[in-house]
Amino acid sequence: MGFDLPLFPDQASTMATRVDYLYFYLLAVSAFFTILITAMLIFFAIRYRRSRHPHAVPIEGSTKLELAWTGIPLMIAMSMFVWAANVFFAMNRPPRGALEIYAVGKQWMWKFEHVGGQREINELHVPVDRDVKLTMISQDVIHSMFFPAFRVKQDVLPNRYTTIWFRPTKVGRYHLFCAEYCGTKHSGMIGHVVVMEPAQYQVWLAGGAQGGSLTASGERLFRELACDTCHRPDTGARGPDLAGLFGKPVKFAAGGSAVADETYIRESITNPAAKVVEGYQPIMPTFQGQISEEGLLQLVAYIKSLQTQKPAEAPGAPPAAAAPPPRGTQ
Amino acid sequence: MSTAVTTAESIHRRRHYLNADYGIRSWLLTTDHKRIALLYLFSITFFFALGGLFAVLIRLELLTPAGDMMTSDTYNKVFTMHGIMMVFFFLIPSVPATLGNFLIPMMIGARDLAFPKLNLASWYLFMVGGMFAMYSVVTGGIDTGWTFYTPFSTTYSNTKVIPAALGILIAGFSSIFTGLNFIVTVHRMRAPGLTWFRLPLFVWANYAASLIMVLGTPVLAITIVLVFLERAFHIGIFDPRLGGDPILFQHLFWFYSHPAVYIMILPSMGVMSELISAFSRKRIFGYTFVAFSSVAIAVFGFLVWGHHMFVSGQSVYAAMVFSILSYLVAIPSAVKVFNWTATLYKGSVSYQTPMLYAFGFLGLFTIGGLTGLFLAALGVDVHVTDTYFVVAHFHYIMVGGVIMGYLGGLHFWWPKITGRLYPEGWAKLSALVIFLGFNLTFFPQFVLGYLGMPRRYHAYPEEFQVLNVMSSAGASILAVGYLLPLFYLLWSMRYGPEAGPNPFDARGLEWQMASPPPTHNFEQVPIVSEEAYAYHTAQEVPVAG
Repeated sequence: MGFDLPLFPDQASTMATRVDYLYFYLLAVSAFFTILITAMLIFFAIRYRRSRHPHAVPIEGSTKLELAWTGIPLMIAMSMFVWAANVFFAMNRPPRGALEIYAVGKQWMWKFEHVGGQREINELHVPVDRDVKLTMISQDVIHSMFFPAFRVKQDVLPNRYTTIWFRPTKVGRYHLFCAEYCGTKHSGMIGHVVVMEPAQYQVWLAGGAQGGSLTASGERLFRELACDTCHRPDTGARGPDLAGLFGKPVKFAAGGSAVADETYIRESITNPAAKVVEGYQPIMPTFQGQISEEGLLQLVAYIKSLQTQKPAEAPGAPPAAAAPPPRGTQ
Repeated sequence: MSTAVTTAESIHRRRHYLNADYGIRSWLLTTDHKRIALLYLFSITFFFALGGLFAVLIRLELLTPAGDMMTSDTYNKVFTMHGIMMVFFFLIPSVPATLGNFLIPMMIGARDLAFPKLNLASWYLFMVGGMFAMYSVVTGGIDTGWTFYTPFSTTYSNTKVIPAALGILIAGFSSIFTGLNFIVTVHRMRAPGLTWFRLPLFVWANYAASLIMVLGTPVLAITIVLVFLERAFHIGIFDPRLGGDPILFQHLFWFYSHPAVYIMILPSMGVMSELISAFSRKRIFGYTFVAFSSVAIAVFGFLVWGHHMFVSGQSVYAAMVFSILSYLVAIPSAVKVFNWTATLYKGSVSYQTPMLYAFGFLGLFTIGGLTGLFLAALGVDVHVTDTYFVVAHFHYIMVGGVIMGYLGGLHFWWPKITGRLYPEGWAKLSALVIFLGFNLTFFPQFVLGYLGMPRRYHAYPEEFQVLNVMSSAGASILAVGYLLPLFYLLWSMRYGPEAGPNPFDARGLEWQMASPPPTHNFEQVPIVSEEAYAYHTAQEVPVAG
């Protein structure tokens, strides 16, 4: 083994540069105060050592000084807060038009599903210079999706979809870790993200599809589970029509409303009685335990696709209209 | 105050709390706060050694990337027990239960705590809690991490979660009773003339920590009971498959466990104020600011728990609120550091062992505190949370800060506790070795964390090895640093020269009585006419800066 002492991680996404600039600011402030305090301690300790300065001068304090060293650190702290919150907002707002990929965490592996139906375990292939958004869920305990080279991380929860996004800027192979302790093989739940040139990525996509696209699988599942016997467009149907549902507000029979997002659709499948849509009876049976998380993702993807009423995106379609790049680093 | 009691009598002939009674029974049934403090001292030293043993195993395993020394199951159990032992059975009780118990009544001129029997009961609860935790180790261990995150702890872990959780629950009651005892004692039993603003800052700091113990620990108790109910009866509080909310646990857990950090560090800050004042022969600069900053930390400390959960899926706006509050709680801590530093200015500084520990505290606490700013910064926290950066940060604050305060205080009051002096040369060496060992152990972990090494990893990618080896090397130096005081302090109990009542010429009521103190501390209730740090002589007039 060679002597390998890395001091700084790979910088491979737009977010990495933003986070690093903030990190350097924090480092500079910390270094300044550490040196200041250490220097004063050493100076006072030597200058006023007992052998040289046997009698202390009684000093009560100074309100002016107290105000200064309360106020100045407070202002510096607030500057850190504002800058850091700004970066955080960017992390939590996936840009429109991002390449969507789905992930399921389970003890102890990561499963990824691409829209085109390509599946991978502990390895994720993405194209360079394109926004990528992962929609993630856990099948058991809390996991956490962590890409150190991209400086992003997000917990992956059971029963609820969370998202994470990044825009890789450098072709290469980078670590993918589970960062939330999840049991025996927590440290084995690691993998790689492979950032590829768009052309190579196309080649990779073409070689990997099995069993049809995500929406096609979802549609097949939708029929197999006989969802279409109730969820039909005609007015006499026992369940609401799902076309155009995604992203729209839904009113509940019990009052209240919510936007139909991935989590809502998933909940309506696993626990249909929880939020019954206004005008319908709570007659749908639960599918809890009958569909895997992957299957649920396929159903969600299918219902999402119904919104546009267009045929599902061809697997591996090149980034037709690249999303506007996120604002630059600061 | 300078008219300290001088007694020519040897400590063998004089009656004091140590020789007032003999035999195991006289110790196990004692209600003397000083003896109870020693019971705590021995028991937390035992738990510290146990927790340290687990730490050694962790660092040995991490010498190589492969994770080949023990199985991953064993490793997970080892770091869980390291955390539980250190947090609940060493760091939380360390300064308050030993030094606080010993000193608070003496510092305020009281003969004992307000509820001496409750004090003894607290120690028994603490020991019973410790036994439960150890029972879970010997019967198979527990692998949830000391944070017990659900649904892993409630549904998926097949280990001894319930006995360990019960142990923490019981030890928590010990903490509540100790806090209650301190609060009542400080309110009701101060000597005549000892106003709030004449109190030693050590008392203020323990008072603030006691508020947290009494207000926060019940939430921990409730949380643990909920985990127990969920695990035993599958009620569906935390398990999403049963309709529960796994994030709810994190809110409840951190609502206690973040303030718990201040239960650990505030009493150490109190020790710092005493040491820095005594060894620069000056009143603490800005006494009232330091006193109130303790209370401010205790209050703000309750409002920042959500900063442990920035990537948990809580809302962006909740994260913003917790971030800004976390910055606010950093300010009173910074104020204290500036005040301690300013106290040295125009002081008469001596470098005896307790002061070396105080310097060590200032160094470690400054690094720990400043790295806290990185974790409060939302955008950076996302990258470093759940990595070794966090491990390094909380060890600097919780372990660096507490150990330096605890050992510094133990050396300072050792002559008072035992009546004998420790060997100065060895003690100075220990302070130095601990400081160097600590930094070598934990500083590389900041780098590891920013590189992205997640915490609680049993095996890791090869490029992290050099930094891990540095850390493990530091840990072995640190272990030597911890063993030194164990040996020379024990040695000094028998062979150390007699100390006399006030070997450091310090101020404060505890120094006005013989060492070791008599059972009831004061022959008659003292009347206090001066502030806590009256180092200036009567002729000198205090200068308002």
